[in-house]
Amino acid sequence: MKNIIFITLLLIQFSISAAEDKINLEKAPIDLTNEPSLQRGAKTFINYCLNCHSAKYMRYNKLLDIGLSKKNIEDNLLFTADKIGDPMEIAMPVKESKSWFGASPPDLSVVARSRGTDWIYSYMKGFYRDSSREIGWNNIVYVNTAMPHILWELQGEQELDKITDKLSLSKPGKLNQKEYDAVITDLTNFITYMSEPDQLKRKKLGFYVVGFLLLLLVLTVKLKKEFWKDIK
Amino acid sequence: MVKKNDNHNSNGFIGWIDERFPLSSFIKNHLTGYYAPKNFNFWYFFGALALFVFIVQILTGIFLTMHYKPDASQAFASVEYIMRDVSFGWLIRYMHSTGSSLFFVVIYLHMFRSLMYGSYQKPRELLWIFGVAIFLALMAEAFFGYLLPWGQMSYWGAQVIVNLFATVPFIGADLAEWVRGDYLISDATLNRFFAFHVIALPLALAGLIFSHLIALHEVGSNNPDGIEIKKYKDKKTGIPLDGIPFHPYYTVKDLVGLTVFLIVFASIIFFAPEMGGYFLEANNFIPADPLVTPSHIAPVWYFTPFYSILRAVPPILNSQFPGVAAMGLSVLIFFLVPWLDKSPVRSIRYKGILFKRWLSAFVISFIVLGYLGTVPSNVWGQFPIIIPLLGGADIATVVARIFTIIYFLFFILMPVYSKKDKTKPVPTRVSMK
Repeated sequence: MKNIIFITLLLIQFSISAAEDKINLEKAPIDLTNEPSLQRGAKTFINYCLNCHSAKYMRYNKLLDIGLSKKNIEDNLLFTADKIGDPMEIAMPVKESKSWFGASPPDLSVVARSRGTDWIYSYMKGFYRDSSREIGWNNIVYVNTAMPHILWELQGEQELDKITDKLSLSKPGKLNQKEYDAVITDLTNFITYMSEPDQLKRKKLGFYVVGFLLLLLVLTVKLKKEFWKDIK
Repeated sequence: MVKKNDNHNSNGFIGWIDERFPLSSFIKNHLTGYYAPKNFNFWYFFGALALFVFIVQILTGIFLTMHYKPDASQAFASVEYIMRDVSFGWLIRYMHSTGSSLFFVVIYLHMFRSLMYGSYQKPRELLWIFGVAIFLALMAEAFFGYLLPWGQMSYWGAQVIVNLFATVPFIGADLAEWVRGDYLISDATLNRFFAFHVIALPLALAGLIFSHLIALHEVGSNNPDGIEIKKYKDKKTGIPLDGIPFHPYYTVKDLVGLTVFLIVFASIIFFAPEMGGYFLEANNFIPADPLVTPSHIAPVWYFTPFYSILRAVPPILNSQFPGVAAMGLSVLIFFLVPWLDKSPVRSIRYKGILFKRWLSAFVISFIVLGYLGTVPSNVWGQFPIIIPLLGGADIATVVARIFTIIYFLFFILMPVYSKKDKTKPVPTRVSMK
């Protein structure tokens, strides 16, 4: 019997480790409790991304949860909607964007859950100049992506060394590498937050629930022992 | 004046009810006067837990139905609406999605318990049959439910499974179209799957679970020793000597099991609702797109052992039907277990080494097949070309074939090894170890 359980656990362990991803992604150093980072990320997202990409399940008023005030949002961030309760939609029609880019820019509300946080972080750092592409850009994470490098002014231009498969900066941008990485970290942080705005609340509540259940366990074990003491 | 029945002696309000409805006698027959063996161990928690998860699924399902839209153009958005805009919608949804996976965990452990202790043997054959029927209904329920979030995995998973019907000789294509209600998975399919998921199958499940419990209480519970406790009764009271009333003894014991289960349940819901992509798959956060096929389509983990069997069986005469038939058989064969087991004893404690080895082999094949079902068949690469017969074949496919054979041999050879097996003498009274 014990052997069966042991082998079972061993196999489960094995199957989990074998199922991990093979693509080499850079770990995104995000921190969902860092409100200033989330706020900077929101600013970058709304200024750069929210023109072609929608986030139609995300409402502007959810930004209140990351420490922004109503006035802040209405004055500085509410570009694509009239009311703070509106979702983050865009004006660009899906049909036409498809004919312009070859693929319609996907909605980004839950992209952190489908692609993963590290993927987004690596993708935003993986653009390089490629003259063979119509848009002039390519990406090492998502080869032949239809998306041009929107933040090229900030990062500058990268080149791909075809032999080592490594990227290097060929033309500097407004920011140095460290500053650019910080911008992408904030952006990734925000996109991750946006994929499930209640996730911090969820984890916090979880401690109370599990804590309560542990106390309950003590009581139920005692109750059981009391009832069973004369069963032999 | 209504004739008082013997089962109650209460007055007042309960007495008033008892004269009109068998309340006290029901409580007596199924709780306070239902004598269960006193030696239940860890494995006996899972029946009650399965009932608990069923109730959780029904209750959370009711609240999800209030906000979900079974419409191909709104389904995905309505799930995100539940996650974001409905108060505690995320909690209800995670309870439901985690509940579905844990339902299978609990049911698999419950079934394993029955295999270990021979709980299907005479007179519990019908109890077992109801159980396997519940398992089948549960698989259907999970399959229909998985389409509802309308993500890529929902869509393409349903596409693959419905296409299995198309492999049936002669009528296949028409059959698949009839199931879908369209030429491809579409709004029509979503609507009918919704109907099956929220009413048809839950109703069937409720009926089957009721019958399962009635059958259980008719024949009485088995136990880890496989000893029939009804054989040794107190001469005066007629109560089994090794039996104790279900209430309060097992209600308080099950409360402990339930609390431990809730700790696991809550830990997943609050800290890892996706369970590393096994409970909620990453691809299902992309809305269904009939024009983009995901590079790797795999069912949710609880279907993967059977999916592996489907993939392992090679096509014959260009038809995938043998694989589909094998997959169907791999589930249906459970119905036959009471008649395949020829052992004179019930419990693994008194069965011989042959049964223990075969059961272990079966569990290992189930797990290996389960794992292989989650990954593409080229996951372990191919055999080198120079190896005769196997050269160039996917290693994982060959392994899946070997374990598929072991899976079926566990059942097919059961009449032989259970008869040949050297059993130990069974004591007359249960042990509390």
